Amino acid sequence: MGIERRQSGLGTALREAVLAGVRGLGLAVLVPVGSITLFVCAVLSIAFILLGVGVFTTPYVLTAVRAHADRRRLLAADWADVRIPSSYRPFPPDLRRGVTGRVERCALMVKDPATWRDLRWLLADMTAGWITAFLPAALTVYAVEGLVIAAGLWHVLADTGYWYAFVPVGGQASALAAGALGLVLLGLGALYGPALLRFHFTFTRSVLAPDRAGEMTRRIAALTESRHAAVDTSASELRRIERDLHDGAQARLVAMGMDLGTVEALIERDPAKAKAMLAQARRSSADALTELRDLVRGIHPPVLAERGLGDAVKALALRFPLESEVTVDLPGRAEAPVESAAYFAVSELLANTAKHSGADRVWVDLAHRGGALRINVTDNGSGGAAASAGSGLSGVERRIGTFDGVLAVSSPVGGPTMVTMEIPCELS
Amino acid sequence: MRVVLAEDLFLLRDGLVRMLEAYDFEIAAAVESGPELTRALAELRPDVAVVDVRLPPSHTDEGLQCALAARRARPGLPVLVLSQHVEQLYARELLADGDGGVGYLLKDRVFEAEQFIDAVRRVAGGGTAMDPQVISQLLSRRAADKPLGGLTPREAEVLELMAQGRSNTAIAGALVVTERAIAKHTSNIFAKLGLPVSDDDNRRVLAVLAYLDHGR
Repeated sequence: MGIERRQSGLGTALREAVLAGVRGLGLAVLVPVGSITLFVCAVLSIAFILLGVGVFTTPYVLTAVRAHADRRRLLAADWADVRIPSSYRPFPPDLRRGVTGRVERCALMVKDPATWRDLRWLLADMTAGWITAFLPAALTVYAVEGLVIAAGLWHVLADTGYWYAFVPVGGQASALAAGALGLVLLGLGALYGPALLRFHFTFTRSVLAPDRAGEMTRRIAALTESRHAAVDTSASELRRIERDLHDGAQARLVAMGMDLGTVEALIERDPAKAKAMLAQARRSSADALTELRDLVRGIHPPVLAERGLGDAVKALALRFPLESEVTVDLPGRAEAPVESAAYFAVSELLANTAKHSGADRVWVDLAHRGGALRINVTDNGSGGAAASAGSGLSGVERRIGTFDGVLAVSSPVGGPTMVTMEIPCELS
Repeated sequence: MRVVLAEDLFLLRDGLVRMLEAYDFEIAAAVESGPELTRALAELRPDVAVVDVRLPPSHTDEGLQCALAARRARPGLPVLVLSQHVEQLYARELLADGDGGVGYLLKDRVFEAEQFIDAVRRVAGGGTAMDPQVISQLLSRRAADKPLGGLTPREAEVLELMAQGRSNTAIAGALVVTERAIAKHTSNIFAKLGLPVSDDDNRRVLAVLAYLDHGR
């Protein structure tokens, strides 16, 4: 963005000014309508909680408020590159259904400080926010008006004592002056329009974004949750390993020992039978090795240890039943725990793809950009995947969440599905 | 036949030395680390090298890397790589230069002394010895594809053994049929896969693997 703007000529500057004007106009028209309606509804609904009705309407109204705020967050990022963090408390997974669930939901939402921040924002948005959005629009519109007057509208306005800014419109000369002023305003719009629009979003951020303490609270909650997840995951992982060892390799070694004991007893009486038992003992030892090998692969895959993430994912793709393409752009290796988490995340995503997507091709991209490991897994399947609770994707999310990683899913029904993961880390 | 052996676990190294000696191989050197292996391969110029993938000091794929480097310096140097696990990625890297004389086996295969020694001899003679696990993975991956789907189960079986590097005689022995029957199967397989017929063991394995690789 920044580079483009620096290289741009007069034409682009004008286009940006007009764009900012149009966007500002859109905001100036839509903002008060949406914000006022929602603010009134929300205040009434919360007031009606005392009467009982509000308990059922409030969650819906507040959800609409959040959607409204989220839309603005999106516009801020798209139009002005201003990022406004969102900090709604997530609902606990064991939220009850029916009337009790409704009441709980309502209580949770009303207690969330982000809700009150939203309401404060609605109030600010319909006043100060409206003005800051209207300014870039007004500048462009008014400039165009000056040009139109100069072009001929002055004929109509000449007798009405119309003033264009400080210019009384009375004849061709004053109309030309108005036109010149319009040009100046247009220039100003070109210079300051985008900045003014950006100012609107910065203002929005200052009202809507959580303050430091709120941000801290959210962060602590997220860390606590990811620590729980990490502890849970490793505990269940240990249980799985213990069970696999107990039922697999250990059992086979015991069987082998018994076979060898029998061989000892049989070796003189029945050499043929002893020989058969020896063969069986050898098979048991081979099976035990196979099971240990699979177990090791499940804990820390050999290629990952030997070659790092890139080749490990390539090796994974080779064993994958679908047609797959892996591109790796990693100049170094991440720390072992990060590599391992990323590897198993990819492995789980691929398994999901094979099981549910109906795809016949998969593309995996690994890269390190902006201090984060970025992994894209795309398939040409039927889409419709969601990172909702209980799905394989939420498991992946928890896995990388331990490392502050985030996961985004784009999976429209009909496909394709694209899963993007980002894990902050340094390469060595 | 002179062998250089590289394996860091003393027990296994000792066992391999004894086994190879029992089958009349001469152990030129038995080393336990990557740098030693590189030196031994350059100085002793053995007939075949038996190398563990994971070697000190890095304990990563150092053995494989040393073997690949030695083969770059001396193309066609027979190398049999042993590993605790088999990865197609490594198998491909070994086969990539197309010179033959490579093997890649799971360490467990040494349990079957006869077959293991057979594999060492095959590799020393410029043939290949790929672990059945690598081959079956390759075949099952490609099973859905049309050309392989066109093979009869028996032909698929023959292809699997052929891809491991076995000769027609050995395949006939393994499947308990006549060599003529195997010859018929192989020509059918080549025809179905669209490969020119060749008597060269090594070339036909590479052709099969190249075909399996094709389209990835």
